[in-house]
Amino acid sequence: MSAPSLRARIGLRSIVLIYLAALIIVPVGMIFYRTFEHGLSQPIDAVTSSDGQNAFWLTIVCVGIAVPLNTIFGVMTAMVLVRQDFRGKAVLNAAIDVPFAISPVVIGLALFLVYAPRNSWFGGWLMDNGVQVIFSTPGMVLATIFVSLPFVVREVMPVLQEIGTDQEEAAETLGASPWQTFWKVTLPAIRWGVTYGVVLATARALGEFGAVSVVAGSKLTMPLFVRKQFEGFDLAGAYAAALVLALLAMAVLLSMSYLQKRSARSPDADEEDHELPGPGVFVPQPVKEA
Amino acid sequence: MLLPLAAVFSRSFSDGIGHFWSAITDKEAVAAIKLTLISSLIVVVINAVMGTLIAWVLVRDDFRGKRFVNSVIDLPFALPTIVASLVLLALYGPNSPIGIHLAYTKAAVVAALLFVTLPFVVRSVQPVLLEVDKEMEEAAASLGAPNHRIFRSILLPNLTPAIIAGCGLAFARAVGEFGSLVLLTGNVPFKTEAASVYIYGRVQTSDYSGAAAVSVLLLAVAVGLLFALNLFAGWRSRHERS
Amino acid sequence: MAIAVKNVTKRFGDFVALDDVSIEVPDGGLTALLGPSGSGKSTLLRVIAGLEQPDEGQVLISGQDNTETRVQDRNVGFVFQHYAAFKHMTVFDNIAFGLKIKGEGSGTIRERVKKLIDLVHLTGFEKRYPNQLSGGQRQRMALARALAVEPRVLLLDEPFGALDAKVREELRTWLRRLHDDVHVTTIFVTHDQEEAMDVAEQIIVMNHGKVEQSGGPRDLYEDPASEFVMSFVGPAHRLGEAWVRPHDIDIRHEPNGKTIEAMVQRIVHLGFEVRVEVTLTDGEQFSVQLTRDEVDELELKEGQIVFVRPRSTRVFGPDGTGSKVTNEPEVAG
Repeated sequence: MSAPSLRARIGLRSIVLIYLAALIIVPVGMIFYRTFEHGLSQPIDAVTSSDGQNAFWLTIVCVGIAVPLNTIFGVMTAMVLVRQDFRGKAVLNAAIDVPFAISPVVIGLALFLVYAPRNSWFGGWLMDNGVQVIFSTPGMVLATIFVSLPFVVREVMPVLQEIGTDQEEAAETLGASPWQTFWKVTLPAIRWGVTYGVVLATARALGEFGAVSVVAGSKLTMPLFVRKQFEGFDLAGAYAAALVLALLAMAVLLSMSYLQKRSARSPDADEEDHELPGPGVFVPQPVKEA
Repeated sequence: MLLPLAAVFSRSFSDGIGHFWSAITDKEAVAAIKLTLISSLIVVVINAVMGTLIAWVLVRDDFRGKRFVNSVIDLPFALPTIVASLVLLALYGPNSPIGIHLAYTKAAVVAALLFVTLPFVVRSVQPVLLEVDKEMEEAAASLGAPNHRIFRSILLPNLTPAIIAGCGLAFARAVGEFGSLVLLTGNVPFKTEAASVYIYGRVQTSDYSGAAAVSVLLLAVAVGLLFALNLFAGWRSRHERS
Repeated sequence: MAIAVKNVTKRFGDFVALDDVSIEVPDGGLTALLGPSGSGKSTLLRVIAGLEQPDEGQVLISGQDNTETRVQDRNVGFVFQHYAAFKHMTVFDNIAFGLKIKGEGSGTIRERVKKLIDLVHLTGFEKRYPNQLSGGQRQRMALARALAVEPRVLLLDEPFGALDAKVREELRTWLRRLHDDVHVTTIFVTHDQEEAMDVAEQIIVMNHGKVEQSGGPRDLYEDPASEFVMSFVGPAHRLGEAWVRPHDIDIRHEPNGKTIEAMVQRIVHLGFEVRVEVTLTDGEQFSVQLTRDEVDELELKEGQIVFVRPRSTRVFGPDGTGSKVTNEPEVAG
């Protein structure tokens, strides 16, 4: 609207601010209060207990395996989807979004049905060979990989489309092999998209609860630890662990806005300074011709 | 990735169609699915209105702290869902400091879903609103159109595709949501138990075919929606190019 | 011959981009591929570079059959319309790229890049990034980058297409001079006939994936092989069956012999040259090119009835069977 009256504008602004305050800002603030409501010792004991520490390290293991794998896979898939034409491309493109669209519990169940020690497709065979997937760490890693799979692909694809093939062709005419072209030209050009995708995948992997809880064994990740403390009536412990996760999430947000600024200031930023899309948006992209 | 999903399908039908049917018509299952679908619909409608409004305020309005508000929008996405559950419980749970006690009610389901789906509509409308040609609105104003008319006949038609896309994603997310509901809603069967929580419960009691059957239903909703959104995005890009 | 293309056909799905095309480019020459968009000129250039594979036919560079040779091994310099600058590298690194790939020593690279930077007048810009350069500077950098690997041929795809008119004209002159210095066989693609005539020694006119005619700028203008070349290379009007150039038309006040009655619609002064737009009795419109002095002498006014007479017309036979020129002698009186 070209010029809504000041009163209307302030009215609309207030509605928005009250809504966001009631839904997000005040509740998130409350978690700080609840954690330290009964003093410092209880929450600190909870997160530094051996259970708390184990949960923290298991989360790091899941993230440490899932994110690098998804980064390599994501860049490769994005290259294939953007630079090549083949039958079934539209199907692959849609399939990438599946982990994003379906319930984490369903993902957990799906993994369970394939890899559970009994009553599953491969679980029995794996068990005979000494690998237990479900109710154990490998299953939790698999679940984490599954849920954080689309992020790098979806962040890299638009960047690849945007840069086009000119620079790659120029490198080829100058004698660069496809491998050299990828490392020296393509990868530097998409580096911000990759970084951004990695940050998003990390955020998701850190916090995954539903899929992991279905396949989890006795070892817990941080989100599972939150639930266990809550159900064991250790509210301060639950809030303390949640606070650790919330702080990690905020660190992710901060690093993202830092990355946005860095990428806009980098020497090869586009003149028209368009911001990277916010992490919440995964509007499905139509596949374009390569 | 597709293999595990195939396993869900195969398991849900492993004891025959009749068993599948009885699994999804189980009274508790029906109640859970109904609760999920109805709450998701309510959430989507609220998101369509509030999301568009938030996007408008963030793009067209100017006030101190706007950048802070803008980054708060992404918080529900970055925050682990179990933390979201606890966060809402901290304010609206038992011994709520403001006396609003939502926990273990259907309203809690809606509140949790509103929390986790907040970014979708805002973040899909925002870039479109940034690019909408302001001259179009100015032209309408110069032709004497009042503000509400400009919004309805100029701005809204341009934003509708983005609103629909955002709503679709929010709906898909709401239907499958699990983590944020676990602690907040109490998961009382027939009352506050959502579909994903029901599936989880079935898995815990080793009723894998029952869990798989309801999963297939959720999968169908999600994949159908995804497919529709893909078609819609494809149609839109063709439509806008011509 | 530096480059020979023999019977090349290239299809994209149902679209035939190149239809049995054969061309020859002499050693050290500066050749323009001229045609409207979609005529296949860029595709032909990309086939020569190896960026596209032809469905049929051969590409010979310096006498060798290079049809199957990879882009990397063809040793051609290619300059893109939108520069294709490596945005994350400085000007120096952009130009050095090909030399680094070849594994040249850093001393040699520094020396060669410095020479090229001087050649394209970018001294002092070595540490800048492409985004800190103007369009013209970026294109000069792209040229230096292509020249760095001492290519056998230099291929330019609409090199000035993305630049504004003034810079475009400067770069044209500059390219001409650069070619005199470097003498590498050069082909450049353009849709601008003036640019082609200004820069090239040889012009190959393309339309609908076929070569219409090739020759020097003057040959094309004075002796076009087809109606397409007549109308695309320089202005031309169709009068009935015959074609005429706007400067080959006389205007007089009295009917005489084969004159046609016309009305002056508009007189446009373009400096020394004046464009007189006239309408015939059947409603057909065209323009006549006169000098300022001629217009003054005739005392032409808008709305005036005059009589026009083509001095020289050209009639084309069906399907490129040649053309016939009729020169009308001045009728006395």
